[in-house]
Amino acid sequence: MASLKDMRVRIASTKATQKITKAMQMVAASKLRRAQNAAEAARPYAEKMDAVISNIASAAASSPGAPVLLAGTGNDQVHLLLVCTGERGLSGAFNSSIVRLARERALALMNQGKQVKFFCVGRKGYDQLRRTFEKQIIEHIELRSVRQLAFVNAEDIAKKVIARFEAGEFDICTLFYSRFKSVIAQIPTAQQIIPLVVEAPAANAGPATSYEYEPEEDEILTGLLPRNLAVQIFRALLENNASFYGAQMSAMDNATRNAGEMIRKQTLIYNRTRQAMITKELIEIISGAEAI
Amino acid sequence: MATFHFDLVSPEKLAFSGEVDQVDVPGLEGDFGVLAGHAPVVAAVRPGILTVTSGGTHQKIIVLGGLAEMSDQGLTVLADVATSIEELDRARFADKISEMEAKLSEKEGSALDHAIERLDHYKSIQNQLNTTALH
Repeated sequence: MASLKDMRVRIASTKATQKITKAMQMVAASKLRRAQNAAEAARPYAEKMDAVISNIASAAASSPGAPVLLAGTGNDQVHLLLVCTGERGLSGAFNSSIVRLARERALALMNQGKQVKFFCVGRKGYDQLRRTFEKQIIEHIELRSVRQLAFVNAEDIAKKVIARFEAGEFDICTLFYSRFKSVIAQIPTAQQIIPLVVEAPAANAGPATSYEYEPEEDEILTGLLPRNLAVQIFRALLENNASFYGAQMSAMDNATRNAGEMIRKQTLIYNRTRQAMITKELIEIISGAEAI
Repeated sequence: MATFHFDLVSPEKLAFSGEVDQVDVPGLEGDFGVLAGHAPVVAAVRPGILTVTSGGTHQKIIVLGGLAEMSDQGLTVLADVATSIEELDRARFADKISEMEAKLSEKEGSALDHAIERLDHYKSIQNQLNTTALH
């Protein structure tokens, strides 16, 4: 049986841990707010980009001279999985749920006889995927030193992806990230980005405005598609960031509550033991006195 | 004078939004002015200075490439980077130009042409900045 002093030490250390998790929860909450604002600020650009691109692309996709980023290579043998995860842990199942989704997809594709390659963004995902798919990871990027996610970061990733695509290293690229739904719900999501999936314009939208193009339509489209790729990646990174802090916040909230529960139980045992000892000592004194 | 709605968005923020009288956009194939009721147009934007006129005041914003879309809802410019002239860090801009010049020698073919063209755009922005600073 642990001595009273051991128990006191243990309770004190649990209390210290609780203070840390509590502080981490509050830090995550304030960072979450900032991440959410950043994600919202990026939204108008992404929405406008979507609108313009679907306008031009739906007309161009069927034409024979469509850019490969839109029409695809006509093959689906080699898949690239672009897996975006966080740089840090202590965030519940955030990183592993993205990795799990990517891994399941990879195994399903490999069962169909397709070739799968990985491109990892973020340290945690790389660490986890390395265990099973070491040889298939063709590149990984860490954003650890980045304090504030900027569009340039996404652009760099997009450039690397496009360079590999143009070198013929893969046919289809799918982006994995966690969509931020609310503080308690983050949904791991897979989104195909090469070739681009264009949503058909809504039927009730009326006749599309006939635009004049300057320079020519396909010229604009060739410039726009790589940019759109960067925008999609940027959006994924921002969503991921918000999801990460959301997940961390609820994980730390849980940890704080568990620590509280633990402290309560330990204090109970401590008090019982203390009382038992007092009683024992009293009995000893009384029986000693009676003997005299 | 009739006004129209103008949005200037960059990936990181909504840089400008409101009713304006006129916007001068640096198009890839030449500058063009947009007034209310302009025909629907989609145009690529080169790095340059965009001028917004509303209520007699002019606001100059530096855009580094992008896309302009004019529709019934108004004008939208999707800019890669949008910075107002007051906010621009001139020293950093100059650094960027010299960095681009240094990188020129690494490129060849159409990439070289492209880089030279982009550099020219940047230099003309710098020129305009320096001349307006004298006034």
